[in-house]
Amino acid sequence: MTAQEVRLCGLLLQEHFGNVVEKVGTHLIRSGVLTLRALAHETKLPLDLVKKSLCVLVQHGMCTFGAGRRGPAGPVEYRINCEHIFHMLRYPRYIYTAKSLYGDTGELIVEEILQRGQMTMSSTVKTVADRLTHNMPEGQSMDYTGSSSSGAVDTPLPVATQPTEPESNPDCYKLPYINLTGQGKRRRSSEGGEAEQRAAKKARTDNSECGDDGIYWQVNFQRFHLHFRDQAIISAVSCKLDQTSSEIVRTMLRMSEVTTPAHAAFTQALSANEIFRALQSSYNIARPNLDQYLSLLVDDPMEFVGKTGDSGGGMYVVNLHRALANLARATLESVVQERFGSRSARIFRLLLRKRHLEQKQVEDFAMIPAKEAKDMLYTLLSENLVQLQEIPKTPDYAPSRTFYLYTVNQLPTARLLLQHCYKTVCNLIERRLYETKENKRLLEKSQRIEAILASLQATGAEAAQLTEVEEMITVPERQQLESLRHHINKLDSSENQVDETIFLLESYINSTKTSR
Amino acid sequence: MAGSRGRGRSQFTFNVDALGFGRGDSLPTSAQTPSPLFPPMQFRPVPLQTGEEVDYMLALKQELRASSKNLPFHIKAARTKTDVARYSDKYQNGELKNNCIEWSPDWSRMPKELCIKVRKPRKTAIGAKPQLKQKPKVAAKKEEVLQKLETLEKREEEQHSEEEEDEEKKKQNDEEEGPDADEDYDEEEIEDVRKKNHYNLIDNILQSLWCRHLRISFFLRFFQTQKEMSYVKKNIFFCVPQSKESHMV
Repeated sequence: MTAQEVRLCGLLLQEHFGNVVEKVGTHLIRSGVLTLRALAHETKLPLDLVKKSLCVLVQHGMCTFGAGRRGPAGPVEYRINCEHIFHMLRYPRYIYTAKSLYGDTGELIVEEILQRGQMTMSSTVKTVADRLTHNMPEGQSMDYTGSSSSGAVDTPLPVATQPTEPESNPDCYKLPYINLTGQGKRRRSSEGGEAEQRAAKKARTDNSECGDDGIYWQVNFQRFHLHFRDQAIISAVSCKLDQTSSEIVRTMLRMSEVTTPAHAAFTQALSANEIFRALQSSYNIARPNLDQYLSLLVDDPMEFVGKTGDSGGGMYVVNLHRALANLARATLESVVQERFGSRSARIFRLLLRKRHLEQKQVEDFAMIPAKEAKDMLYTLLSENLVQLQEIPKTPDYAPSRTFYLYTVNQLPTARLLLQHCYKTVCNLIERRLYETKENKRLLEKSQRIEAILASLQATGAEAAQLTEVEEMITVPERQQLESLRHHINKLDSSENQVDETIFLLESYINSTKTSR
Repeated sequence: MAGSRGRGRSQFTFNVDALGFGRGDSLPTSAQTPSPLFPPMQFRPVPLQTGEEVDYMLALKQELRASSKNLPFHIKAARTKTDVARYSDKYQNGELKNNCIEWSPDWSRMPKELCIKVRKPRKTAIGAKPQLKQKPKVAAKKEEVLQKLETLEKREEEQHSEEEEDEEKKKQNDEEEGPDADEDYDEEEIEDVRKKNHYNLIDNILQSLWCRHLRISFFLRFFQTQKEMSYVKKNIFFCVPQSKESHMV
């Protein structure tokens, strides 16, 4: 784990779970794998607090435990899963996506499960139903048929005798994003696993009335990530080409959603006939037009779509890994452009394309005067965005007899930028915490006054009293509060935006890992 | 390689002017100080994205942050009492204890060594046990007030507020169902739980009585819910055994 990643994990844990969990978590990240006693000893926290923190982390899936180095007889060892902690940055995006795809119910379900780590379906349904009816006026009955899972409020769910194959549960078919890691009690004990997991028979009172005792549901982050990746590709196509092409790509991606494995480099091959049939009629694309669009997409230098055969009117695939690489490259170029100017960006793009160039060649190809080109190159070099490759003519690397070539490697540069993004998010969070701390007194005062106002209004006070209370905050204080709120909103939405870049770069880097 | 010492010896493979200084010149001055922490930016950053989506996600983020502080997963270390032991400590419960867990995870899916005995609802019973000896002493002092309150309660129960009864029943039910581990319910412990609700109210009143002359608004601050407040407002005369004017308005 890099220093920035550890710092970010610490800040995220602190924000959501408090200082204790943060301490335990960061120490565990730094040390790798530890047993409970070692952890308690090294963090110098009371054992109970460490236990509680580990429970919280395990509940949320951020910490895994397993038999240690001494085998099943030895103590259990704990390990932190850092990616899971980074996902906390993206919670609002998951919830918003669920809302746009599945409506309010879906949004609430995802929110509940994200906040609690994992839940049984019955408890999820209960909580969500409570929240929905809480917001609705009296006398309106909840229409449960719209959302599939909430139809199971009163009916008993399948008992955990099945090996909890998610497909056998008809509900989850309509919610491809949630679950997929239901783990029954049965399966756990049949795995024979570690001694620590011997299920102590405890009398369950009201949890088991719905019969889904051991089935826990978690959010399937991978599925969400695939959806985000598809969205990125579609918006890229619509920006580069036009709306219709993006609709075609969207159709292709939707058709291959279930058939394509998660880390595949391309989707399944789809024939043009299939695509034509699957296209929604609202788009009104005629068959020859579709063929033209497809050939346009194939010829595009971004290589989103490729042709793999001629049967069925032409077999087309979406090149997922290549699309991700192109998106990452566009991100890098845009970063250079915004930080160093468009001419530096030109040099950067040139080097990306031509791989290795001497300084003279850079000046010539980029059509930039020598002095400025030299300056820009050296700036980029000092920022590590451009590397220098020495090619010696003689075994002693005499400078007069060595070629110095400038080059840009996309993958290492993407990793570098990813670390910068982590650092950026850390800085944003810390700044936000600092701003909140600076104005803590003012914030508390305003909260108290709001509480007093609310209670006064509840008991039906007169307007004079209300204005009197409101005037307790002076005008300059009000302005200060306003500007504070504005700053914090800005910092928060910056975090969200940086997270989008993080997602792109992470997907690209992961795609290169798996293809090896 | 020794043979090429003479030829092409002083030629560089690149244009020397590009370096910025000629041969034989002194190198450019070195930097005396570290580069500034916040170097001035050449270009202003691009403005943030705006729109409905962005606003919604911003609101979601802030809500999530606020609500996660109230969840039981947010762990705060119990504060160690560093200063003098106060009389009010006896009446103030609700201090966090390290050895209780506020939510109930599925222990079958966690390592056994992480299991913490769920003691929170039992805390009152366990706390009451050592006080069993003190009860006769304490009860003697509070007997007057207790009796008066009990009469009032009966009156209240007759009149209205099924809600209060339900609330009490719910509290008891929750406390009964809470601990999966301990299954021995004593009648005494249920009694203790019911008395606890009494004591809470009494304790609040007694606390407030320590400062005799109080504005009624401050006096009412000790009561959290509307029900308690209205209850006290109705029955305020009876709570003070001595002077009637000590509940100054």
